[in-house]
Amino acid sequence: MTRVEPSEQVSLPTENAARPAAGGGPWILAGRRLSHNRSAMAAATLLAIIVAVTLLAPLYAHHVAHTDPFGSNLAGRTIVDGKHVDVLQQSGGLGLGVTPIGPTWDVHHYFLGADSEGRDVAARILYGGQASLLIAVGAALGSMLIASVLALVAGFFGGLVDTLLSRLMDILWAFPVFLLAILITTVSLTQGLRFGPISISTSGVVLPIVVIALIFVPFQYRPIRGQVLTVRERDFVKAAIVQGASARWLLWEEILPNVVNTLIVFLPLVMGINLLVESGLSFLGIGVQPPAASWGSIIGDSQNLLYTRPWVAMGPGIMIVLTVVGLNVLGDGVRDAFDPNVRRLVPAA
Amino acid sequence: MGTFIVRRTLWTLLVLISISVLVFLLFFSIPGIDPAVAMAGRNPDPATIRAISHAFGLDRALPIQYLLMMKHLFVTRDLQSYTNQGIRVIPEIAAAAPVTLSLVAGAVVLWLVFSIGIGLVAAVFRGRAIDRILMILGLIGIATPSFLLGEAANIVTQSKLHDTPLFHWVPPLGYTPLSQDPVMWFKHLIIPWVVLASAQFIGLYSRILRSSLLDVMHEDYVRTARAKGLSERRVLIRHVLRTSMITFVSLFGLDLGSLVGGGVVLIEVVFALPGVGLLTFQAASGLDLPVIMATIMYGAFFIVLANLLVDIGYTWLDPRIRPA
Repeated sequence: MTRVEPSEQVSLPTENAARPAAGGGPWILAGRRLSHNRSAMAAATLLAIIVAVTLLAPLYAHHVAHTDPFGSNLAGRTIVDGKHVDVLQQSGGLGLGVTPIGPTWDVHHYFLGADSEGRDVAARILYGGQASLLIAVGAALGSMLIASVLALVAGFFGGLVDTLLSRLMDILWAFPVFLLAILITTVSLTQGLRFGPISISTSGVVLPIVVIALIFVPFQYRPIRGQVLTVRERDFVKAAIVQGASARWLLWEEILPNVVNTLIVFLPLVMGINLLVESGLSFLGIGVQPPAASWGSIIGDSQNLLYTRPWVAMGPGIMIVLTVVGLNVLGDGVRDAFDPNVRRLVPAA
Repeated sequence: MGTFIVRRTLWTLLVLISISVLVFLLFFSIPGIDPAVAMAGRNPDPATIRAISHAFGLDRALPIQYLLMMKHLFVTRDLQSYTNQGIRVIPEIAAAAPVTLSLVAGAVVLWLVFSIGIGLVAAVFRGRAIDRILMILGLIGIATPSFLLGEAANIVTQSKLHDTPLFHWVPPLGYTPLSQDPVMWFKHLIIPWVVLASAQFIGLYSRILRSSLLDVMHEDYVRTARAKGLSERRVLIRHVLRTSMITFVSLFGLDLGSLVGGGVVLIEVVFALPGVGLLTFQAASGLDLPVIMATIMYGAFFIVLANLLVDIGYTWLDPRIRPA
């Protein structure tokens, strides 16, 4: 059963004949391929669990552990093995400062121990995950949006616009991204960023989202522009031009729907890269600003506890690694699902 | 080849100028940000702000401000920090540069040797257990931030297993110059080298090389080479590997920048190596913008010039892109 997509009213007969006999649109086919890919499905499940767990952060903090993960708790007490103990314990007896309690493996009382301010590490990891994931997703969507607009304009109008935009993107991409992120963040950290009427405060997750979105625009621009150029030369676009379609119609109805799969293929991989960049910036103290926390900033804050309480750093670290592995495996699966012509010589490891 | 080098060099010059303009614009003309206040650090006093306005000609036209910035950075090299009691920035960077170069050089050697080795082994034993194990390790390596791997290495070698014979040789975190004590230099750097190369880079590059090797192995000329009776090793090294290295080298040029630009800052912080990255980190924590301006400008220039060399190496590997 062959179906004509409603969005391709002008497609030529050969387009339909080329469609696989199995039926369904390209999206359904890709979805079916993806659902048969066991490692991609495992990765999707892992990611769904991570997202669900971080969304449950308030539930855990308020109803299970009964802590405030953002306020300091220097004089707090808790229960270990039925005994009341201080959360921050005097270490060594020589007055060399305090050591927070380590993991109790008891979900009600400091499951992964406390940090140097007596805050529950497990609750902070859950809340930090919300910030990290929000930044990764938000920045990926943001840079994709900006890159798509630029790439559509460049690829569609061609000529001087294309040359100028593409050269500009090449130059920006020659700038090391992490240094660019450090630069934009430090310059705007005291006074915030302002784009006309929109001002971006330095606290919270918005500044990292904007910075990471901006620095990866050139990275996404190139493949999207390439795809726009390819689609522009396809017969159904030429047919629409012959029929007298307006530029807006061509962009929205003909080209954009055929570029979307390029965007989707990139999305998980870009999210993974964003997560790594965000964790690095936050580790250096120039990403998410306190009192908000992300996985990277929790690791950065735990520097002086590294040898006594390694879980404060390794807990969020394991979450970062699991999430990025999941995004990469899912990204490979999505790419294979949308682009089955890339024949694999051996099954992926 | 000659024309290519000339053209590529001119493009590099254009990139360098554009980067300096971009840095300038980010420092001096982001709307809503007063550059003098930003450069004075936290809680500035009016005298400092006036001094900065004067040094960078902030009441004059933008092109003059740009020229003044470039003069302080590259001609008179008298850029000074305003948060750190007038310390000259450029000599600080010059003193820190050998540490960073030592770190980068060793990490790049390990990165190349191990990703080529692992890529080759995985491609030769494709589909077998060793291939799968190496590629899964590579996937985990790609997903591990360098600072996390560095902290894990510190936990093991400085604390948990330090008093066992395995890691007893590891010195406390820090640095010894090569000229002072080569053995100590090596001991200080070997773990940072391994960490910097393994986090992301070896994993990514061995996977890229493996898939590229597998693609090339089915090309006609490889079959021809086998048919001529060449040994399997010769086919693999001279025919398959050389072609596969083209993708590898072109990407290497791009990622060298992210290694120097990102990895180095994080690794120098984790291992307390007093290089340009640590300088950048301290400046970022103290919002000491003149230092950031200088480290980023010099860092970006270094990376762009290194890229030029990689690209020239790339054309040597792949004669097709040499213009006739």
